Amino acid sequence: MALETSVIQNKLIENFGLKVSDFFQQHDIFTFEVASDSIVEVMKFLRDDATLRFNFLTDLCGIHYPDYEKERQFAVVYHMHNWMDNVRIRIKCYLDGDKPEIDTVSGLFLSSNWQERETYDFYGIIFKGHPQLKRILNMDEMTSFPLRKEFPLEDSGRTDKDDRFFGRTSQNC
Amino acid sequence: MSDTSKYNTVDAPEGYAGEGFFATKLDSVVGLARANSLWPLPFATSCCGIEFMATMAAHYDVARFGSERMSFSPRQADMLLVMGTIAKKMAPILRQVYEQMSEPKWVIAVGACASSGGVFDTYSVLQGIDKVIPVDVYVPGCPPRPEQILDGIMRLQEIVKSESVRRRGSDEYKDLLGSYNIK
Repeated sequence: MALETSVIQNKLIENFGLKVSDFFQQHDIFTFEVASDSIVEVMKFLRDDATLRFNFLTDLCGIHYPDYEKERQFAVVYHMHNWMDNVRIRIKCYLDGDKPEIDTVSGLFLSSNWQERETYDFYGIIFKGHPQLKRILNMDEMTSFPLRKEFPLEDSGRTDKDDRFFGRTSQNC
Repeated sequence: MSDTSKYNTVDAPEGYAGEGFFATKLDSVVGLARANSLWPLPFATSCCGIEFMATMAAHYDVARFGSERMSFSPRQADMLLVMGTIAKKMAPILRQVYEQMSEPKWVIAVGACASSGGVFDTYSVLQGIDKVIPVDVYVPGCPPRPEQILDGIMRLQEIVKSESVRRRGSDEYKDLLGSYNIK
């Protein structure tokens, strides 16, 4: 492979020090954590550096960890892809459970515009500086962030549902 | 028409027949005419729509029941067929389509999703279209076979035949629409 993971790791530590951490190989993808306040500069470096060349943002999504400590209850996960060397990386940013906020990367990758809106739609994560942070898939009137664990999956408006016929009894629900 | 004809005509309504005349109720005549020329508006969002396409086509041929012409304009349709999962974001659109239809209008909820939300017991799916518009006939099935859809249409025809011509102007009907906040 043209671009070794050790090169990525050393370059990042050299430039950002303690802001990048927890490097490890997870399911064939090199993964690390970035402090949530420096995601934009790290991503810009990954994109523009002459050796790293992570020119493509494959995906961006949210995760809710309700059982973690307060300052790590939400995460935003970025997947980046270097097309020239065909190397992928995964970046995780942990956010505060009470105030999940992170800077937008839509200035670096225009494709993140809708992906950040989707993440806001389902998790309520605020992307600071986003040009149009509003719901994208769910209806605008919705008041919940449905993929957060505190919101029920089922619709409360259903009137014909008898829990017994759905295998839900007091023991298992 | 001779007895050997391959064409069928609908039976005349109950009435009094004499030499050169036939007397019956206006309700029956209007009902007969309406029931045998229901123009369907297919509102198909998923697999029930595929079954309806089979129902429309030559093999099952919904045209046999007077629904020859699919009306894709709500203003010229009598019978709204809602086939498939209606997401909550789709609900206002469905409602607008219903409001654009002119009276008299009827609604068939085809399949489990349109009738009750089906297996999609989830935050994003409308739990039955009767939450936003009044429904006349529910067709069960996931998806229903074309025969079941035809059965639903024939049952609606029975409803249409027996409907009073005064129903659409009645207070009960206004209350029904009012309960859905329509008009």
